[in-house]
Amino acid sequence: MSEILDIKKWYMSNFEKFEDNLNGGSLKPIHQVRKEAIAKFSTLNFPTTHDEDWRFTNITPLLKHNFLPSGKINLKQKQIKNFLFKKISGNLIVFVNGHFASELSKLKNLPEGISVGSLSDEIKNGSAIVNEHFGKYANFKTQIFTALSTAFTQDGAFIYVNDNKIIEDPINILFIAVPGKEKILSQPRNLFIAGKNSQVTIIERYVSSGAGIYFTNVVSEIASGENSSIHHIKIQEESSNAFHVSRTEVGQGKNSNFVSYSISLGGEISRYDLNSKFNDEGAECSLNGLYLLTGNQLYDTHSLIDHAKPYCTSHEHYKGILDDNSRGVFNGKVIVRRDAQKTNAFQENNNIILSDGALINTKPQLEIFADDVKCSHGATVGQLDQDSLFYLKTRGIGEEKAREILIHAFASDVIKSIKTEPVKDYLEKILSGRFNKVR
Amino acid sequence: MLEIKDLHASIENKEILKGINLKVSAGEVHAIMGPNGSGKSTLAQVLAGRKEYLVTKGDVIFEGKNLLDLTPEDRAREGIFLAFQYPVEIPGVSNTNLLKTAINEIRKYRGEEAIDAMEFLTMLKKKMKLVEMDQSLLSRAVNEGFSGGEKKRNEILQMAVLEPKLSILDETDSGLDIDALRIVANGVNKLRSKDRAAIVVTHYQRLLNYIIPDFVHVLYNGKIVKSGTKELAFELEEKGYDWLKEQKELVEG
Repeated sequence: MSEILDIKKWYMSNFEKFEDNLNGGSLKPIHQVRKEAIAKFSTLNFPTTHDEDWRFTNITPLLKHNFLPSGKINLKQKQIKNFLFKKISGNLIVFVNGHFASELSKLKNLPEGISVGSLSDEIKNGSAIVNEHFGKYANFKTQIFTALSTAFTQDGAFIYVNDNKIIEDPINILFIAVPGKEKILSQPRNLFIAGKNSQVTIIERYVSSGAGIYFTNVVSEIASGENSSIHHIKIQEESSNAFHVSRTEVGQGKNSNFVSYSISLGGEISRYDLNSKFNDEGAECSLNGLYLLTGNQLYDTHSLIDHAKPYCTSHEHYKGILDDNSRGVFNGKVIVRRDAQKTNAFQENNNIILSDGALINTKPQLEIFADDVKCSHGATVGQLDQDSLFYLKTRGIGEEKAREILIHAFASDVIKSIKTEPVKDYLEKILSGRFNKVR
Repeated sequence: MLEIKDLHASIENKEILKGINLKVSAGEVHAIMGPNGSGKSTLAQVLAGRKEYLVTKGDVIFEGKNLLDLTPEDRAREGIFLAFQYPVEIPGVSNTNLLKTAINEIRKYRGEEAIDAMEFLTMLKKKMKLVEMDQSLLSRAVNEGFSGGEKKRNEILQMAVLEPKLSILDETDSGLDIDALRIVANGVNKLRSKDRAAIVVTHYQRLLNYIIPDFVHVLYNGKIVKSGTKELAFELEEKGYDWLKEQKELVEG
């Protein structure tokens, strides 16, 4: 316990240094929010396995390190080459250890009607949009990691799509961790706003240039305007020694459509909370997830779909494959509020366990307070089907290849529905190579 | 080609095969008949290498190699094919993908080059005609949502594509209407040659009107109790299996 108290003190003492370095930044309205957040942080506790929402995820290892924000590091273009999707069109915004790297970003050919940049610049320029939306979706009053993020808000990706604008090419956001001697803390804070009748695809990708220990704490806030359509793809490929805690909060407007893909591949301990709230009627969301875990990885995904208004539809489909001694947690909650009549909510979580040592805890949850709704949920945990394996072998297909085929077949429907081809191709390749060790 | 010597096999400590002896030479078709529960399907599964069955005694020699030492995939690569009684549905894997992967895995084993994409398609189209299968089934997932007849035809398509030396057909006729039966039999007959052999496991004589066997064996209680030519099949059709059971019990008693 004392260790945990110490780590809280550690972050709080860092806040003073952080404030000193803000110079004029502390005069901006957002700084009031930071101060509220650090005050809140001081009263909250880091979760333990006694907290229902963290029952299966022990974050003690994360609290043992004194993580520090890193200064700016300059990378060369060729150092990030491997982290770019092949043949992808669209614009690119790069962050290194949480800092915007303009020299690596490609934002010159942005179409009209969209702003893409760093949150830090927006704050500096006194953006009214930031003041209007920042902190309005991700509540920091109960969540300690969100409080930590809010208190130290400095940079992250900012996207604003004007009303009636259809942005064809995806916006690629690349977060690179460059671990060094210091244990680095990076806290990207993203804000994505889609105006009325607009459409945009956003790809968030988290990678690492090395294997060191570091901590990424992300908060993304997304507001989808009336009749807008957002495709959001998050691919987490942190190093195997990294900690990744992430939260995405979506506020959905009338008749809006939010489609997300949460792909989790990396990290030693990672946690992702994805929450979407229907603030008006006729909205729809489709949350898709895929986690591929090996070694001693732990991945915990929580989602909350809040049917606060009637005539909304949600689909949630997560799939996981776990090998070695990996651990997975799926917790998907759907709340249908009393007034949310004519709700459609479907939820499914399927898992395949490849080894004796792997474990998944899955908990689909439906809480329904309205009476005229269509809802379903389900979860499965199984092994590779032995009959299918034998069938493939009797056709001359070897053990390794047969397993690969079945694993691919299991996960491919999640990947297949991704509309951005280069991302789909990349993930197909990952899937084929991920579990093909000889048994 | 194949020699089964005193083969004993059990599952969950229950002995199913109790000393099978069978010799199959190239160019021959052997029918194995018998009542339900006699061990017909077990024999087929044991030959294909299903590990749930434990071989407790005996040998199986295939083309000079001890078959029981080989994995299921190596048996297939050596030229053994099992047409399943209940073909497995594999969602997410297309028929084409399965066939192409199978061909290339077998080729790799034999030290041959991977098949050319055009060559593969031309060959596949030809074989599909043979089993009168619709092209649309190729892009569909293996057996998923196939009718009973489509599944069995799909087995024969795989057999036609892989061109095995020894085909084992496990009750391929069960549940088929007469048209499907004719198509399946036609597929098998087209593959008949002096270099290949087949073991046709069936409960009914009906299939043997289309696939004329050289030899017929009756399996009962884990043993071959009678062997003969195709006339034996007619006799079984006429008299049923009871007279054999009685005969055997008489001998054993």
